[in-house]
Amino acid sequence: MQNKPPAWLDALVKRFLPSELYEELLGDLHEQFAFQAEEHGAQKARWIYFFEVIRFCRPYFLRRRFSAHSKYSTSYTYSPTMIRNYFKIAFRNLLKHKGYSFINIFGLATGMAVAMLIGLWMWDELSYNKSFKNYDRIAQVMQNGSVNGDFFAGGHMPIPLGNELQTMYAADFKHVVMSSWTYEHILAYGDKKFTKQGNYLSPNAPDMLSLNMLKGTRTGLKDPSSILLSESVATALFGEEEPVGKLMKIDNKLNVKVTGVYEDLPYNSHFKDMTFIAPWDLYVSSEAWVKRAQDNVEWNNNSWEMLVQLSPTADFDAVTQKIKGIKIKHVPEVASFKNEVFLHPMSKWHLYTGWDKTGKPDGRIQYVWLFGIIGVFVLLLACINFMNLSTARSEKRAKEVGIRKAVGSVRSQLISQFFSESLLVVACAFVVSLVLVLLLLPIFNEVADKKLALLWANPIFWLLGIGFSVLTGLIAGSYPSLYLSSFQPVKVLKGTFRAGRFASIPRKVLVVIQFTVSVTLIVGTTIVLRQIQYAKNRPIGYDRNGLITVTMNTPELYQNYNALRDALIKSGGAVEMSTSSAPATNLNSQNGGFDWEGKDPNFKDSFGTIAVTHDFGKTIGWQFVQGRDFSRKFSTDSSGMVLNETAVRYMGLKDPVGKIVKWNGKPFQVVGVVKDMMMGSPFEPVYQTVFMMDYGWANVINVKLNPALSAGESLKKIETVFRKFNPGSPFDYKFSDQEYERKFAAETRIGQLAGIFAVLAIFISCLGLFGLASFVAEQRTKEIGIRKVLGATVPNLWGLLSKDFVVLVIISCVISTPIAWYFLNGWLQKYTYRTDISWWIFVVTAILAVGITLLTVSFQTIKAALMNPIKSLKSE
Amino acid sequence: MGRSYLGEFEELVLLTVAVLEGTAYGVTIAAELKQRMNNRLISLSGVHIALYRLEEKGFVVSELGGATSERGGRRKRFFRITALGKRTLAEMRQVRNELWDAIPNPSFS
Repeated sequence: MQNKPPAWLDALVKRFLPSELYEELLGDLHEQFAFQAEEHGAQKARWIYFFEVIRFCRPYFLRRRFSAHSKYSTSYTYSPTMIRNYFKIAFRNLLKHKGYSFINIFGLATGMAVAMLIGLWMWDELSYNKSFKNYDRIAQVMQNGSVNGDFFAGGHMPIPLGNELQTMYAADFKHVVMSSWTYEHILAYGDKKFTKQGNYLSPNAPDMLSLNMLKGTRTGLKDPSSILLSESVATALFGEEEPVGKLMKIDNKLNVKVTGVYEDLPYNSHFKDMTFIAPWDLYVSSEAWVKRAQDNVEWNNNSWEMLVQLSPTADFDAVTQKIKGIKIKHVPEVASFKNEVFLHPMSKWHLYTGWDKTGKPDGRIQYVWLFGIIGVFVLLLACINFMNLSTARSEKRAKEVGIRKAVGSVRSQLISQFFSESLLVVACAFVVSLVLVLLLLPIFNEVADKKLALLWANPIFWLLGIGFSVLTGLIAGSYPSLYLSSFQPVKVLKGTFRAGRFASIPRKVLVVIQFTVSVTLIVGTTIVLRQIQYAKNRPIGYDRNGLITVTMNTPELYQNYNALRDALIKSGGAVEMSTSSAPATNLNSQNGGFDWEGKDPNFKDSFGTIAVTHDFGKTIGWQFVQGRDFSRKFSTDSSGMVLNETAVRYMGLKDPVGKIVKWNGKPFQVVGVVKDMMMGSPFEPVYQTVFMMDYGWANVINVKLNPALSAGESLKKIETVFRKFNPGSPFDYKFSDQEYERKFAAETRIGQLAGIFAVLAIFISCLGLFGLASFVAEQRTKEIGIRKVLGATVPNLWGLLSKDFVVLVIISCVISTPIAWYFLNGWLQKYTYRTDISWWIFVVTAILAVGITLLTVSFQTIKAALMNPIKSLKSE
Repeated sequence: MGRSYLGEFEELVLLTVAVLEGTAYGVTIAAELKQRMNNRLISLSGVHIALYRLEEKGFVVSELGGATSERGGRRKRFFRITALGKRTLAEMRQVRNELWDAIPNPSFS
């Protein structure tokens, strides 16, 4: 049997050994192998052979193999000396053309910084909630249905459902957690009082959320009068004191004992606002309506949030299938709108927050994609600059290429030379971009409402950052390196080299791409801002100036309506006060069960319901179109009702004033009709709303500040009154106009971000254009000189040089118009109340783009046109 | 001294080249050394590097021999010791002998 050493080892030897020694060394190796095989057997010989080969890979041979002074050296692409030379030349080139280098590096750095910011943002969005250990097991229980064909879904659930899931489906759920929703409550310890957001949760919640307990244990909520505090709240309340075991108060009525402190939940999580957890049982026993719902097994009272953790063997879809009919089983009426109970996994809580009318999930994921695409485009713009400037300067470097080729460079060497140049530029740009990101991050966090930080310690960040820089360098360097290295030395050196008529075509195409992106972004920003403005200009039907709301958070506030009102007005800080079930900026309650004369019995009605007091109208300044406001003069007004215009249309009433409307059997008399008040989303039509007289159903106090005083003075006066009437609570108030502004927060944020990106895109494009213009002006120096000699004027020459660029920008505008229209039209469809995309936006944007272009190139073109022809013609 | 430095292993390899006179190449030198040094681990690559270094320093010269079948038809490189190599070995031997003679009590027993 002929034994042979493994072939792959021989291949390895061939790679690492100096070629001139290869034959004899491999011969010796094989001879020794044959010898060893005879002595120890083939298997052992192979092992010995393996170790011998490995030992051959040592510095001596490697150095001989890769050293240039070998007797038989050939021109070798990756020789360190040559690479050093490439970098030296690259550095000299960068320093020689400082302007170009600046444009290149700075433009690229801006692009990379933007891409990095967007990358960080996307990372943050995608890692939302991932800090929870049971991330892929947790879900929210929700229900959906459809009314008149429109899909809807919501997270308000009835209490008995929780018990049912826990008992009937015990095998599928590890934890079922009831939640009161995260709301503001007052926490008090001694003299310290704070308004903090917190939640009443079932005792197994800390386990489900894998809370990191700093003090106490996760079982702390088992005691029905206990509370778990987050670290920051514990510090605020107790400072240096030991919090565990201390007694404190919630909402000035519930005495609880601190049984634990947990580490603050991360900012990019669903529970970022939840700063304390109290036991669900405490909530039930302290709120009569909740206790009633629990004791009477009210399946129809959908008011609470419900979170579950699946058992390790269950999966979301299968469990959803099992439980989807549960609600219909207990409340047969809901079958009429195809009610289904389902699980919404935690992985979708943040990015898929809603459903459109056909039941397709949507939400922030669209913005994640949108900004991802914008990031890629901005980076692309920067790469285009780099490619353009390099190719534009190719003729300048053509002679260098010719000489290098003449003295023996092969093409692969030239290619690697240009690649090393672009990599050098990219490396500089990467460093600059890191600095830029560090500087911009605080501003970006502000605008995007995030707490992002550079992930210095994260290997993935570096891998992506560097990988991505190298890729940019390769893409950006590919065109110049492949193009420049193809020059023929003879032609170049003889001077007959001409780039040809079509050499500038790719450059022009790239400029068009740049401006198409920029113009599209400008149009996008304009329309987003216009949409916001459009919604802001809607008549809102009430006066929000100097209107503040105070949440009624303690029992004291409920008892002294008239005394409080008198005291406030007497203090001079307020001109009117009233209570209501919801602030004027938030229509938070919608109900059915109304009946009126002429109602179609099959009509499924739904109204926004607000409970108000006599003084509500005067406080917010609503405007009547029919009838009158509530008045204490009419005792019948205690069961009075005011409708808005939409409600009148919705009900189909001809002459509403004086009619009786019943709600769940209770009659109300309509006393008046008010102009539509914009209480919900400013992008949706006003909802049909009824305002009922009810002093008992009150959640907020509305106060109209005295317009004669400054807001600060009025508030100070009001504060003393509130301190007297409500000693157990800090004085927290909200300005209605600020609350109103917050309705636009999402849109404003998109508008701001799009605006920033548009400015950056334009900036990068203009940098590139500036570079190109200066190049063109330089290249055509002689032509300009001759033209001047023959009598061309400066405006003539300016027009000649600028024309080329303006044409490109106009082409971009034409291309971007349908693109922008398509995408923005799609975006606007989301809003019922939307602005139109008028043609003049495109025209103005085009004029703007051309204007910016002219400004950018004019500096160079005018400089060229003013040049003395004697100077430009006498050289050479 | 003007003479190139000679390491311990290089000296052994040089001596072996002298011993094998005319038949010295990588495998035979490694085998000879292994046999004489009580199966001390001798790697082929180490022997080769020593040989090439000796050649660079001028202690040995080499030439390619004929092809043989057991090496897959590849040629061997035979090494011969040069006059400089011989003189260097002799000098080193002399230095050692003098040092041995200088030890006051040469018997270590």
